[in-house]
Amino acid sequence: MSRLQMTVNGSPVDIEVDESRYLSDVLRDELRLTGTKIGCAEAECGICTVLVDGTPIVSCVYPAFKAQGRHIETIEGLEHDGKLHALQQAFLDHGAVQCGICTPGLIMTAKGLLDRKAAVNETVSEADIRAALKDSYCRCTGYQSVINAILQASGQDVPPYLPETRAPESEVGKPRPNPNALAKIRGSARFTDDYHFPGMLFARTKRAHVPHARIVSIDAAAARELDGVHAVLTHEDIPGRNAHGVVSVDWPVLCGLKVRYAGDAVAIVAADNEAIATAALDLINVEYEELPAVTDPIAALQPNAPQVHSERPDGNLLKHIKVGKGNIDTGFAAADVIVDQTYRTPTTEHLFLEPECSIGVPAGYDPTRFGGTCDALAERGETARHAKTTIYVGSQIPYADRDQAAATLGVEANDVRVVATLMGGGFGGKEDITGQIHAALLAEATKQPVKMLYSRQESLLVHPKRHATVIRMRTGATKDGKLVAVEATLYGDGGAYASLSEKVLTRATTHASGPYDIPNVRVDCFATYTNNVPAGAFRGFGVTQSCFAAESNMDILAGKLGLDPVEFRRRNALDVGSTTVTGQVMRESVGLHECIDRVDADMRDGDFRWTWDEGHKRLAWGLAIGYKNTGLGGGAPDKATAEVEAWQDPEKGLVAEVRISSAEMGQGLPGVLASCAAEELGIPTESVSVLLGDTDVCPDGGPTTASRQTFVSGNAARLAARDVAEMLAEAPGTRVVAQHEYWAPATQPLGTGGDMHVAFSFVAQAALCEIDMRSGEVQVRKIVAAHDVGRAINPLTLEGQIEGGIVMCIGYALTEHYIQEDGKPWTNVMARYKTPSITHAPPIVSHIVEHELSTGPFGAKGMGELPSIVTGPAITNAIYNATGVRVRSLPVDQDSLLQAIRAGATEVELGWGDRHPIPTIEFGGEH
Amino acid sequence: MTSAWNNYFAPDTVADALDILQRYDGQARVIGGGTDLLVETRRGLRRPIEAIVDATRIGGLGAITEEDEYIVIGCGVSHTTIVNDPRIIRYGTCLSESCGVIGGPQVRNTGTLAGNVAHALPAGDGTIGLLALGGEVEITSSNGVCWIPAKDTFAGPGRSHIDRHREILTRIRFRRTTDNEGSAHCRVMRPQGLCLPIISMATRLELHGDMITSAGISMGPVGPVPWFAEPAAAVLVGQPASAQQFGKAVEAALENITLRTSKYRATEEYRETMIRTHLPIILETAVRRAGGSQ
Repeated sequence: MSRLQMTVNGSPVDIEVDESRYLSDVLRDELRLTGTKIGCAEAECGICTVLVDGTPIVSCVYPAFKAQGRHIETIEGLEHDGKLHALQQAFLDHGAVQCGICTPGLIMTAKGLLDRKAAVNETVSEADIRAALKDSYCRCTGYQSVINAILQASGQDVPPYLPETRAPESEVGKPRPNPNALAKIRGSARFTDDYHFPGMLFARTKRAHVPHARIVSIDAAAARELDGVHAVLTHEDIPGRNAHGVVSVDWPVLCGLKVRYAGDAVAIVAADNEAIATAALDLINVEYEELPAVTDPIAALQPNAPQVHSERPDGNLLKHIKVGKGNIDTGFAAADVIVDQTYRTPTTEHLFLEPECSIGVPAGYDPTRFGGTCDALAERGETARHAKTTIYVGSQIPYADRDQAAATLGVEANDVRVVATLMGGGFGGKEDITGQIHAALLAEATKQPVKMLYSRQESLLVHPKRHATVIRMRTGATKDGKLVAVEATLYGDGGAYASLSEKVLTRATTHASGPYDIPNVRVDCFATYTNNVPAGAFRGFGVTQSCFAAESNMDILAGKLGLDPVEFRRRNALDVGSTTVTGQVMRESVGLHECIDRVDADMRDGDFRWTWDEGHKRLAWGLAIGYKNTGLGGGAPDKATAEVEAWQDPEKGLVAEVRISSAEMGQGLPGVLASCAAEELGIPTESVSVLLGDTDVCPDGGPTTASRQTFVSGNAARLAARDVAEMLAEAPGTRVVAQHEYWAPATQPLGTGGDMHVAFSFVAQAALCEIDMRSGEVQVRKIVAAHDVGRAINPLTLEGQIEGGIVMCIGYALTEHYIQEDGKPWTNVMARYKTPSITHAPPIVSHIVEHELSTGPFGAKGMGELPSIVTGPAITNAIYNATGVRVRSLPVDQDSLLQAIRAGATEVELGWGDRHPIPTIEFGGEH
Repeated sequence: MTSAWNNYFAPDTVADALDILQRYDGQARVIGGGTDLLVETRRGLRRPIEAIVDATRIGGLGAITEEDEYIVIGCGVSHTTIVNDPRIIRYGTCLSESCGVIGGPQVRNTGTLAGNVAHALPAGDGTIGLLALGGEVEITSSNGVCWIPAKDTFAGPGRSHIDRHREILTRIRFRRTTDNEGSAHCRVMRPQGLCLPIISMATRLELHGDMITSAGISMGPVGPVPWFAEPAAAVLVGQPASAQQFGKAVEAALENITLRTSKYRATEEYRETMIRTHLPIILETAVRRAGGSQ
């Protein structure tokens, strides 16, 4: 321990600290300034950026003692006398705050820039901002709003970018910041790792690190002896069900017989601190008998393939999903032109910037026993006791977490409470169980709170990813440009456990032929188990994958037919009255044609060419269109229950609270719910508070997935508010509470020919890409987009989702690939996985199309995933238009692309990270 | 987080720094910003270090100065400071450019050129820029001080001839370019995966009329260490600056290196194409800049 003296946010700090500490840890732990967040501990993501003597540095690798005698500024120090800094106000106004985990890092990096420029009296330009924030990452916003906010804060008049939408109602339809944004820009918003409980222990997990092996023995004796270790648990210590799973319960909580992927958990440790927990992991000896691993979905279905779940009668076939309409033989016979191509899409990683964290608190926990009070409960105004086993976690499905934890603990669901904390990004990657059950088990074993925080590297290893797919698609059309038949066969790599594979790949299948009215379609999809990382939900949910194939084929076909790619799509696009591939008649709310028209008009505005040269750069436009279901569909019960309570506030008049377990991950759900309730109650949105995600207090809103929350929970909140309004009409001035269980209109399972989904949302995007003809590098210069969302409930947060979703899909097309080598992840650190930085984020021109859905709250449909679907093929269509080279695997590899251009080749088969050619697949799946 | 080091020192003299190295007898490491070293240790790629010796507070080594014909950069000077220094922009252009592409702004704010050179990676961008300028490094030990060409400090990938148990890289210098000289740097990267260059190249040319009177070319990764491309530079000296001559320099470079395909980074063919395309481009830029204009 040595003496560290510095100034932090203007106040002197004089503390005794171990010389081995990093500045980020001293700020967060010793000084309890948890506004500075840790995203990677690799100096990659920049969310831990603070200012040292005015200079932005990444505090996660900055030795605390380097700050000796220096002046540190963190997010908490920006406000003065209750007044927000210009940057904070601008971020709020521009909707530049979504999940909030990166916000302190962005703001502090920006402050460094603004102060530096102000000191020499220079104006801040967009180029300055892009340079200064190059390594300050955001995964939610797409950076446009961030750039505008910083320009605004530098003193320039830049209004928030808001696309035109319908005239608002009193509350619904007005742009406003997310209600929780204020805490996020102040640094006071707490994510799970920001909570501290007196007596809290730290947990770590022993992972397999081999893709397939039988467990011969587990010896934890030495680990248990280690000083400071309170518990080491293995499969033998599980009181209830040793399995979890959001659809199929096939995933061991702690493996006892075998491990099926490198991230499988074999033992968990709780200790006084993280260093001891880590040391204990090394003392746990697991003897494995390695088994041959199957790491390819096609190989997985071969007769002698290693079986991932040997007890399954279907072996490695998780499910064969089929969609059929009409007769494809007749259809293709009538085609004048047929395109038959095979495509490949990569495994990708959500890279939410908040690594997973769960805190388990044992039943009967009393913090005063450990000499303190508990932040989390103090915030909620509750008493100190946790009567039940309680889990604090940023999760997309609090009720499912509760039920799965209870089953493993061997107790009733009602004996467990899940308190959902803020999520620093989810995107589908926080639906499955990660540390929730482990933290609860250790809490009950030790009778102390236990924090299970994943490192970034562990997060990369463990949680389910986007399914990699291989898709062969045959598309036929007549010479007047009418689609007559589509046949497709897809293989999806589901990895070691089912997760949401069945749902994702069903979605990939039903949407495979694209948003077109086609009389004859057949799609076969094989979802398989392998010893790769499990694959599950990820924004776009299978449609992102199959759209790449469909929209590539459409451009190839347009070329062969000699038709304009936009016009060809118009001739086939779904409209009211069309029948989808599953036999659903679209009765209302199909804004696809308007989406196409608005993008086309924008794209062709002025002197339009599909492609032209600028020096050694070749520019080109590329277009793609798509659609995405709203709600779970397929016959699944899709419901949400909201509770609304209203009372008279002496100052504000009538106020209300909406309570529902639905999860907010930055998409702006609280604001949407508040506006819907406010509209019904006839009060301002600001008078409605929203409480999310506490299973003891909030009724079940269902999972935050399938772009369903605005529709299902929005309706539940609206209807509960309407009930309250009626009750108030009878008994004015009283405090009233109403619960309303809203069921989305019934849907039918696939194969029955009925309505599979309550609604679809539609999208068209055009990408202007720039290809460096000397190096093969591809940059997106501009995106023009139109999204049919039914009704824009909050245009500011809606636009944020659009921009963030588009940039996420740019990453899928150009920069991202979670690479595995025979079941071992090469992508084991954030340095090996690049998501788009501000450098990759183009300006986005956004059109909102509003073809109202009669069953949606104020006409709204879902849209969270919609922006992340078509950008990939829009980009590769542009690359084709620029170079004549058809890219068939993502992400685009400049090396292969350049070599193809120089050789005059017409296609590129390998994407970045691919070591093998695209496998040949037979239609119908003869494998 | 598990500690990456135990003791931290920020000595204010070189003598103190050397003393700590000696006391810890091989268990101490000198750092500038420390980003490379500490990230690798945090990731478990290196054993934890007993003591880190932060060289950025040593008196007299935190600034850029001019001594005779040299620009001298102390070991405590950050990349950001180098990038923005008007003297380096003018008289050592390729160094300003090359330091300016390292990592991102936060890393450049704490990382040092001395650290970049001492880390001895095959393609440290700052190092590449320095080599083209004929840079030298000052090595200080208890035996004294000496200047050696930077290009002679590399033993292998990530291995420096500088004895880190006994020696400290205290200063860096290069000859200020004259009005007849120009320099330029370029780098080809990919947007995916590791932030390592596919190729990083720099050049300094001196012209009298259209004759090249002296030249320096550097590049990496083209082998285990950053390459000071003498054979390629030799082809240019005494010759007119022309596309044809630049082509010969490219051929000379390619003849003297063995390019490899590195997994997930670049194929051998692509690397060769990038050298063929981009070396003439920076040579032309250097020619344009020679003659005093920027």
